[in-house]
Amino acid sequence: MKSVLPIVSVIAALAVVPLFVQSNVTLNFLVVTLLIALAGQGWNILGGYGGQYSFGHAAYFGTGAYVTAILQVRYGVNAWIGFAAGIAVGAAVGAIIGGLTFRSGLRGSYFALVTLAFAEVLRIVASVAPITGAGVGTLIKLDLRAQALQFQSRAAFYWLILALVALSLLIAWLLERSRFGAWLIAVRENEDAAMALGVDATVVKLGAMVLSAAITAAAGCFYAQYFLFIDAGIAYGTWISIEALLTPIIGGVGTVFGPLLGALVVKSLGEGAKLVAGDAPGLDLVVYGIVLVLVIWFAPRGLIGTVADARKWVLHRSSRSVREAGHG
Amino acid sequence: MAEPLLVVDRVSQRFGGLLAVDAASLSAPAGRITALIGPNGAGKTTLFAIISGFLKPSAGSIRFNGEEITGEPPHRLARRGIARTFQIVQPFAGLSVLENILVGAHLRHRARTVALAAAEQVGREIGLGDMLGRSADTLTVAGRKRLELARALATDPKLLLLDEVLAGLNPSEIRDFVPVIRGLCARGITILMIEHVMQAVMSLSEHVFVLAEGRIIAEGSPAMVAADAAVVEAYLGHGAAAKLGASHGL
Ligand SMILES: Nc1ncnc2c1ncn2[C@@H]1O[C@H](COP(=O)(O)OP(=O)(O)OP(=O)(O)O)[C@@H](O)[C@H]1O
Ligand SMILES: [Mg+2]
Repeated sequence: MKSVLPIVSVIAALAVVPLFVQSNVTLNFLVVTLLIALAGQGWNILGGYGGQYSFGHAAYFGTGAYVTAILQVRYGVNAWIGFAAGIAVGAAVGAIIGGLTFRSGLRGSYFALVTLAFAEVLRIVASVAPITGAGVGTLIKLDLRAQALQFQSRAAFYWLILALVALSLLIAWLLERSRFGAWLIAVRENEDAAMALGVDATVVKLGAMVLSAAITAAAGCFYAQYFLFIDAGIAYGTWISIEALLTPIIGGVGTVFGPLLGALVVKSLGEGAKLVAGDAPGLDLVVYGIVLVLVIWFAPRGLIGTVADARKWVLHRSSRSVREAGHG
Repeated sequence: MAEPLLVVDRVSQRFGGLLAVDAASLSAPAGRITALIGPNGAGKTTLFAIISGFLKPSAGSIRFNGEEITGEPPHRLARRGIARTFQIVQPFAGLSVLENILVGAHLRHRARTVALAAAEQVGREIGLGDMLGRSADTLTVAGRKRLELARALATDPKLLLLDEVLAGLNPSEIRDFVPVIRGLCARGITILMIEHVMQAVMSLSEHVFVLAEGRIIAEGSPAMVAADAAVVEAYLGHGAAAKLGASHGL
């Protein structure tokens, strides 16, 4: 993507939505969708651009959520500072998991399984440790003031998460235009060739992991502030690991808008299915499964990747027919 | 006389029970094209993998530019100025030709615009000017070989390790490619090349090392090693030199 204009337009279009939509249900739906888009963008940095498929991004989401909540509830720290600390600690957890996995040379499905295991260990620890509230969970006190990072209106929350998503889009856009991004993509495409060209693959993957963890942690921090309650199953649950990887895969891995588009598609279909079939448990997973199968079957590079391919194909055809017409 | 740019000193590489490289020594003097030849499975690619840091040798040492570099990782060696091509080409298949070369160019240039300009220039120099926008996986064999070379060259190396860049090319493609390699040498890049195409070896290099079963069995000018009995035997089998000599006698 060459210019930043598409990002500006999309964010501007989304920013005016609360001016026309007052329904709390709709705004709530959009907030959750953007939250998932943010978590997915985190995954996309490491998985989409770096080719390292993590199955355990719950580790960062949950850490962000817990740090935000615990600092406020147990230590009386200001919510904004708690939010920033949540991102920082999430990034640190990314550095630790990345350091352990990449330095021991784990790749592919081994990497995926080990990240899943880390997230599960954190979930189990959080479900018994006193500091997290163990099985009971942690409740953040209602305090609807901006200083406490809580807002009376849904719209304010909506704009906050939108701002975070905008930032994450910008980060992906900058990544595509930076040396670090070129190196990261090179590692994804062929690690040996990248190393031969002077790329320190371990350091590059580690950097991507930290950035990735920080973004997904931010989604967790927001979750805590928005819902004011977390427990181990929410914060470190596999649901968020799945949604964080599903949205970019469906929208388009390694593209700026993939996670946002994927989140819109997945969440809309999920809501649609609920309308049709009622609130059956596990319905969302069934929908995800079906969408995933369809995308992998018909659009293996995700929706955006497929559109790009189609455009290239059409351009190629038309340039060829122009050439042929010129010859004729 | 100054020490050659690259000195490989009694390097060995063991893979389980197989001694793939057996106390091999060779050197590449600055500004020259040195060739490494030998039958299939001799250990040539393995030796390149050691020099470029992909394998840590079981024994022996390597010096580059007068400094000990044995066991350094590939990315550090690339920074020092050692670039390699892969015998089995390793393109970044999902990227364009220009983006492939860009990765190499970024080693010396942080800014994208500067690196892009450098990459484009290298691409044109190597004869990929018309293909810069194409996806790397649409290139022909000859195109891929050129891309390997262009990417390595974009790292601005002092020493270029070329592993059979001419293999798989037809005679006319080889004729086009040989001057490109000569041009790099003329620019001051030291080249060590593995090559099976003897014609190209003869026309490009003054000094040849012959590796067979992991050992350096001969070295000298191309004409000298081609006439060497041990070399003929390594290629054609035991007793071949004698048979050839006998048939010449007839
Ligand atoms: N990673 C490895 N593990 C085990 N054995 C290996 C490994 N790499 C190479 N070998 C073996 O080492 C020997 C030397 O292989 P190498 O690829 O270096 O030969 P080569 O001289 O490049 O041959 P060619 O001309 O066919 O490219 C071969 O017997 C090969 O099977
Ligand atoms: Mg070889």
